[in-house]
Amino acid sequence: MRFETPTSVDQAVALLAADPEARVLAGGTDLLVRLRAGQVAPSVIIDIKRISEMTVISQEDGGWRIGAAVPSAEMNEHAALKADWPGVVEAADLIGSTQIQGRATLAGNLCNASPAADSVPAMVVAGALARIAGPNGTRDVAVQDIPSGVGKTSLGKGELVTSIYLPPKPAHSGDAYLRFIPRSEMDIAVVGCGVAVALDDQGKISAARVALGAVAPTVILSQSCADTLIGTTGDDAALDALAAAATAEAKPIDDKRGTIAFRKDVAGVLAKRAAKIAIARAKGEA
Amino acid sequence: MSRIHVTTTINNDETDYLCETDETLLDVLRDHLDLTGSKEGCGSGDCGACTVVVDGRLVCSCLMLAAEAEGRTIETIEGMAGGDALHPLQQKFLEHAALQCGICTPGILVAAKNLLERNPNPSEEEVRYWLAGNLCRCTGYDKIIRAVMDTAANTRGAA
Repeated sequence: MRFETPTSVDQAVALLAADPEARVLAGGTDLLVRLRAGQVAPSVIIDIKRISEMTVISQEDGGWRIGAAVPSAEMNEHAALKADWPGVVEAADLIGSTQIQGRATLAGNLCNASPAADSVPAMVVAGALARIAGPNGTRDVAVQDIPSGVGKTSLGKGELVTSIYLPPKPAHSGDAYLRFIPRSEMDIAVVGCGVAVALDDQGKISAARVALGAVAPTVILSQSCADTLIGTTGDDAALDALAAAATAEAKPIDDKRGTIAFRKDVAGVLAKRAAKIAIARAKGEA
Repeated sequence: MSRIHVTTTINNDETDYLCETDETLLDVLRDHLDLTGSKEGCGSGDCGACTVVVDGRLVCSCLMLAAEAEGRTIETIEGMAGGDALHPLQQKFLEHAALQCGICTPGILVAAKNLLERNPNPSEEEVRYWLAGNLCRCTGYDKIIRAVMDTAANTRGAA
């Protein structure tokens, strides 16, 4: 196994394209676990942390570009980013311990393609784009189109995610992410839910996005959930309709961490609670 | 297969070592550099016994390749006391009996020191969340939290 430290995106792409058994190393909090468990045996590990553009958070066209090697702790310390997209930052901040957050990245959480990835529903409702570099150049893809199955991504040969772009925060908007775990820290989502809303001048919800995690092989971006909120003030009737829609949309499995019935129910509860926070944030109340 | 030559700073000493690609920083600290204060508990980033500081950030040294340390600045438990003088956190851990078997203690001390450097006045809740990735199966955590809170209060009083 070789260890490579490219200093440019082009070098990383060339290394990745040259070897189908190559693996990209960002924070390593998933890759190292797999490596040590013998689940993967790459021929070369490509550490992207020496590529300077991948290690920074920068403002771009009113939004934020977060390099693929930026640890979540750095996002959490970035006041302006947190003010614009608190749901995304909080979701990343839920992943693992302080030690894990010193290394773990948004791009890594996305490309690991776990159905339970906490940051993914939050990014999806924010309308985040993943920038992908590959042998044929660069393309921007909606975050929800990256995971294609459990542990699988839509990335092609020689492609890697170089950054995540969070668009400009719309006026009078707010986002939130909540998950259920059986303890208060250090666990994997049994259900996760992200909600983002924007309000019109009358305080009615003019746009909404709702995404569910850990209740299907890949994240669910639900139009039927969003429709329950759009045109309402987020009143109790709308929130009850949202909860019912989220329960209906969830397609979970039964496993040791939760039954189908429990997960469907919790999807509704979390959708409602996350929507309340997102609406309060949109009103500037939270 | 040639080994990788790494130059890094560990506890203020410039250090170099040769490592295999698949060796972790923890492997090198313990097996090549005789810095055995960092412990291997789970080996999967869940327990925090191997906690070190890399460029100012807490990391699990079991989840970092030794080769990644090139040019980085690393602090381990061995750098915490000043010669025979214990760090105030170490002293408070003794006073509060905040350890029993001691396996988790180096990681908890390193993590607590990093917290107090960032936030000299943490709430109990902040201490508990900050240390959530450091598991202790003996103490029930209470004495650990009290020792950290007491150190913070003392340090603030002295400043």
